[in-house]
Amino acid sequence: MNRTDDRLIVLAASDTVAVVRSAIGEGERLWISGQEITLERAVTMGHKLARAPMRQGDKVLKYGVAIGSVTEDIAVGAHVHLHNMKSDYTPTYALDHKGAVV
Amino acid sequence: MSMQGFLRADGRKGIRNYVAVAYLVECAHHVAREIAYPYRDRAHVIGFPGCFPNEYAQKMMERLCTHPNVGAVLLVSLGCESFNRHKLEQVVRDSGREVETLVIQRTGGTRSAIAKGLGFVEQALKTLQTTPTVAMELSDLVVGTVCGGSDGTSGISGNPAAGRAFDKLVQSGAACIFEETGELIGCEDIMAARAATPELAVELRNSVEKAARYYAELGYGSFAAGNADGGLSTIEEKSMGAYAKSGTSPISGMIKPGDIPPKGGLYLMDVVPDGPVKFGFPNISDNAEIVEMMASGAHMTLFVTGRGSVVGSAISPVIKIAANPDMYVRLHEDMDVNAGRIMTGEAGLDEVGDEIFDMVADVAAGQPTKSEALGHAEFILTYKSFEPIGPACLPV
Repeated sequence: MNRTDDRLIVLAASDTVAVVRSAIGEGERLWISGQEITLERAVTMGHKLARAPMRQGDKVLKYGVAIGSVTEDIAVGAHVHLHNMKSDYTPTYALDHKGAVV
Repeated sequence: MSMQGFLRADGRKGIRNYVAVAYLVECAHHVAREIAYPYRDRAHVIGFPGCFPNEYAQKMMERLCTHPNVGAVLLVSLGCESFNRHKLEQVVRDSGREVETLVIQRTGGTRSAIAKGLGFVEQALKTLQTTPTVAMELSDLVVGTVCGGSDGTSGISGNPAAGRAFDKLVQSGAACIFEETGELIGCEDIMAARAATPELAVELRNSVEKAARYYAELGYGSFAAGNADGGLSTIEEKSMGAYAKSGTSPISGMIKPGDIPPKGGLYLMDVVPDGPVKFGFPNISDNAEIVEMMASGAHMTLFVTGRGSVVGSAISPVIKIAANPDMYVRLHEDMDVNAGRIMTGEAGLDEVGDEIFDMVADVAAGQPTKSEALGHAEFILTYKSFEPIGPACLPV
């Protein structure tokens, strides 16, 4: 069984992340790759959730290609973003909601 | 609507018939703006702000002042800048267009320069009413594509939909340009595999490696803070989304800003300067990319946005494609196409791709885009330097 919530899009079969199609709230339960998980933090459209467990140093796969490397172990259903992955090319520049560089 | 083009002496056909009011240094910008303003739906301001000479800027201004959408040109010079106004004027005159150079220091200052310029524009607009028009086909078109204000939806809805439209345009014989090699970092291998020849594949790969080195030295990728808020984590991820705009056609060639595609097909534009890093970031904002594609003859640009860019462009219409359905609800007055329906499951990629393709034909036939109707006419041109492209870039 590979049940995955309708609010997620899987872009390529080999991908280790799924893309969020519409916002999902903190604490909501959903299915991803046949596992039922509880979302630890709210995610908005366009963000990514892990559909496979990943270890530090693994490549994150989206569109069937590597989009960066894992910086800390990631469980199925976890939000995959700046806090647990990084670019293999140039570092990512981002601002938090208070305007601090993260 | 049937397509009628404004016929130019070089055989190219325009989809608009603007007077370009071109300032040749920032010091002449105000005068140029005042001259164009009363006629702003038919006269657009373009220009170069720098006082130091630059071959790239000279070439870009020559190409833009002889763009098929431009019918007449007023050059506005302060008088002491380094820009070679004589050469530019000659190039425009040789193209069969009406041209005049206004030198502010000679005409008695701001007020008299504006009065004189207004006289030129008024008269030129009358002459442009008699520009010959001829039937135009999709194969006469050059179409560019750019994405700006990207988020996690851009690469799933708007960009692949624009890619479907590009595939249909290329099949119809149009020349299509995609660019921003700094946003193709990570896509080298899959892109090179689409090259028309093995030699071109090497050039494509080299252009992206050059971009990666350039951005690494600058310390930032082509990645804005809003991209991360929208769910994008890395430049490679953003690149894969941006790359989708190119569709699936074979890549016919690689050009640099100002090179005109020699025939229909899909072209990559290498926008990152050659040589050591100088003059700062290659393209400081989205309009810099649109301007470079216009210099290569783009009649219009498909602009995919997730976060919600509102810009248009001087002299070439911009078709705004909303990738994010929530943004479309907020900014629908600025958006031409709602590709966000792909996110919500209300429409498929092919359907939205067809919609974009049909809109290209309508806009070529004269239908104003949202940004045109709102009066957007952004323009930006900064310093760069390039080596000419090698023979492998345009295989015959």
